[in-house]
Amino acid sequence: MKDKEEEREKVRALLSVLPPEKRYLMLFLHRVQRETGWVTEEAQRMAAEYFAVPVSEIYGLVTFYSAFRTEPGSKNEITVCQGTACHLRGSSRLVEELTRLLGMKSGQEKPEKGVSLKTVSCLGCCALAPVVVVNGKYFGRVRADQLSEIAGKLQTRNDE
Amino acid sequence: MNKRRFRSLPDLRNYREHLLSSSRKRHLVSVSAASCGRAAGAVEVIEAFEREIEKRGLEDSVELRVTGCHGFCQFEPDAVIFPEKIFYPNLTPEKVPRVVEDTLIGGKIVPGLVYSEDADGKIFPYLEDLPFLKKQVRRLLDRHFTLDPESLDGYVQHDGFRALEKALFEISPEEVVNLVLASGLRGRGGAGFPTGLKWRLAREAPGEEKYLICNGDEGDPGAYMDRGLMESNPFSIVEGMIIGGYAVGATRGFVYVREEYPLAIERMEKALISAREAGLLGENILGSGFSFQLELVRGAGAFVCGEETALIASIEGRRPFPRQRPPFPVVKGLWGRPTVINNVETWANIPPIIKEGPAWFARVGSPTGRGTKIFSLVGQVRRTGLVEVPLGIRMSEVVEEIGGGPASGKIIKAVQTGGPSGGLLPASRFDLPIDYESLQQAGTIMGSGGLIVIDDSTCIVDLALYYLKFARDESCGQCAPCRLGTARMVDILEKMVDGRGDIEDLNLLERIGRTMKEASLCGLGRTAPNPVLSALRYFREELEKHLIENECPAGVCRALVSYEIDSSKCALCRLCLESCPADGIVEMEDGYLKIDVNICTGCGVCYSVCQDMFSAVRKIPRKKVKVQGE
Repeated sequence: MKDKEEEREKVRALLSVLPPEKRYLMLFLHRVQRETGWVTEEAQRMAAEYFAVPVSEIYGLVTFYSAFRTEPGSKNEITVCQGTACHLRGSSRLVEELTRLLGMKSGQEKPEKGVSLKTVSCLGCCALAPVVVVNGKYFGRVRADQLSEIAGKLQTRNDE
Repeated sequence: MNKRRFRSLPDLRNYREHLLSSSRKRHLVSVSAASCGRAAGAVEVIEAFEREIEKRGLEDSVELRVTGCHGFCQFEPDAVIFPEKIFYPNLTPEKVPRVVEDTLIGGKIVPGLVYSEDADGKIFPYLEDLPFLKKQVRRLLDRHFTLDPESLDGYVQHDGFRALEKALFEISPEEVVNLVLASGLRGRGGAGFPTGLKWRLAREAPGEEKYLICNGDEGDPGAYMDRGLMESNPFSIVEGMIIGGYAVGATRGFVYVREEYPLAIERMEKALISAREAGLLGENILGSGFSFQLELVRGAGAFVCGEETALIASIEGRRPFPRQRPPFPVVKGLWGRPTVINNVETWANIPPIIKEGPAWFARVGSPTGRGTKIFSLVGQVRRTGLVEVPLGIRMSEVVEEIGGGPASGKIIKAVQTGGPSGGLLPASRFDLPIDYESLQQAGTIMGSGGLIVIDDSTCIVDLALYYLKFARDESCGQCAPCRLGTARMVDILEKMVDGRGDIEDLNLLERIGRTMKEASLCGLGRTAPNPVLSALRYFREELEKHLIENECPAGVCRALVSYEIDSSKCALCRLCLESCPADGIVEMEDGYLKIDVNICTGCGVCYSVCQDMFSAVRKIPRKKVKVQGE
């Protein structure tokens, strides 16, 4: 209960600094996600009230854009770039190998493992293809046989 | 942080004079630190320079400057030492002390660290000798070598805001529009609409309130020209937009940047803040009486937002669905008001056009496309990076002379231009000049500037499938031709790569593609089938090979390819055995290794680990091996 009230308080604070105009909806969603890690149903309802739009519309935005989450994020995030240059240099193999190593699919959140695996269309670092980003750190020219080391580091970090 | 505020024209001019007259240090070390530079370790290199400069007491004679993108993506992080213009590629913190010792103190180049082409060991120590730069005309990118993207002072020192001065104080808004029109500048986002004409239409459109938008939602995978500009020279975009506002009669502007570019967002935001603080944005700019507000809007990861009407919906806070045009945004745009929406590179071209004049701008280019265009040259070519070339340059010059041709032993078969909306230009057509019309006639588009070189190790079907999957995932789903067409094309192409295709499928692909082209609501849907249609046009044989002979000539399609180990080349290092995810490599009684085709999933990890060392693992058509149960 207390968590819920805390969350509402946070959302209220984020809303109160924005004018109640529809154009600030996206900015609000960005901020709420940065603060809480995802966009909860409660946050969507509160935003709907504040901006005077149906909740369905907000839900529509949250699910349309790939940047917003409707589930909590993980401590560790691995992103594999699927840009054209990365694709040509075997990025789908990397996804496959990570899927095997982590025992999970792309786009899947595994909070109990503390890892989420994502793909992204293009990070624009094409000359370093294929690119894997682990918790914000970029790895370029990644080979499939290097992934177990990268994934292994995350596991140890988790165990700590 | 610079808190200087310019209230009048003389304020700015005097300040520039002051900056230009202040003494400079003997050396300038410029380190490229845009996103890819950072990914490659630029921050560590910068720190190493800082340490070394301090250690050797060179603070008074050496200035270290963190710049944006130099465009040599594959040599990142690199440094250029001025005034000599010595170029050091692929720097590491370990190499930095030698550069400082020999070049900054000793005045000599370090032969082992400068650029050399592997083949003959010839070295290219100076920037102007680099083969990568030879054919380029770097009007915009040139400044990236010496400009600190986060410093307003730096920009002012580089003749920044001179074009704004001229526009606000010497010529009328009408004349600004005429200059842009006369330059022949066309939209750099891909559609190629004449920028001056767009401005005139918006200027003449009725309405008090008008808006400008900078489209920085660079979504084509494999293209990063706009990221390069926003991360390296954000003030030029700001200046271009203030001039645009003055010309069109707009009071507000929006810079829309895609979410996936955090550094571009950060640097654009910083530029906006310092321009506001300096009085270059806001009320009564430089005392001219003209007021203009500019703010940044952050995208949230949707390719469709690159389409102008979808982008407008996104800024308004609506679901980003494209809408029917006309009315065009110049008449009815953001919040129903006349809106000029131009691409990042288009805006960046405005200040030089105003400052140097339309004749200067039009000095290079093709008959229908004047000026230079930035391309991101990537893929299977020796040298990759951002290249700026005059429109009308031949594709062969870009691929062979700037890009250095194929990697050894490979054959380049095509260039994919225009990303998912574009198509393939086969090597046989590389004599074509690159401009809007010629590429369109050849069945592709120039697009925003992605040039992805593909060689014979790329499968055309796999590439087409890649693009169509992208289009399917990013289709907004509003209209049936695009939503269903992309999904059906993916189904058919997936059958092909799995070896389950039918020759009739090719006709079906063609029919679906034509329907999508004719009936989709927006430009993205209309161009989505292009990768497939151009593959059918130029590489039908390769497609047919998949269908008739069950063979993938490039050896990419997993269902059609298998691997074997050539014992005469195998060094028994066992790397393949250890890295095989399926445990499909077994040791024979005689000690040699063998791939068990019944276990092999065709993933190719063994091939990729062995390729650079012994090339003992080779691809063979899957139909040539006997797999149990098949």
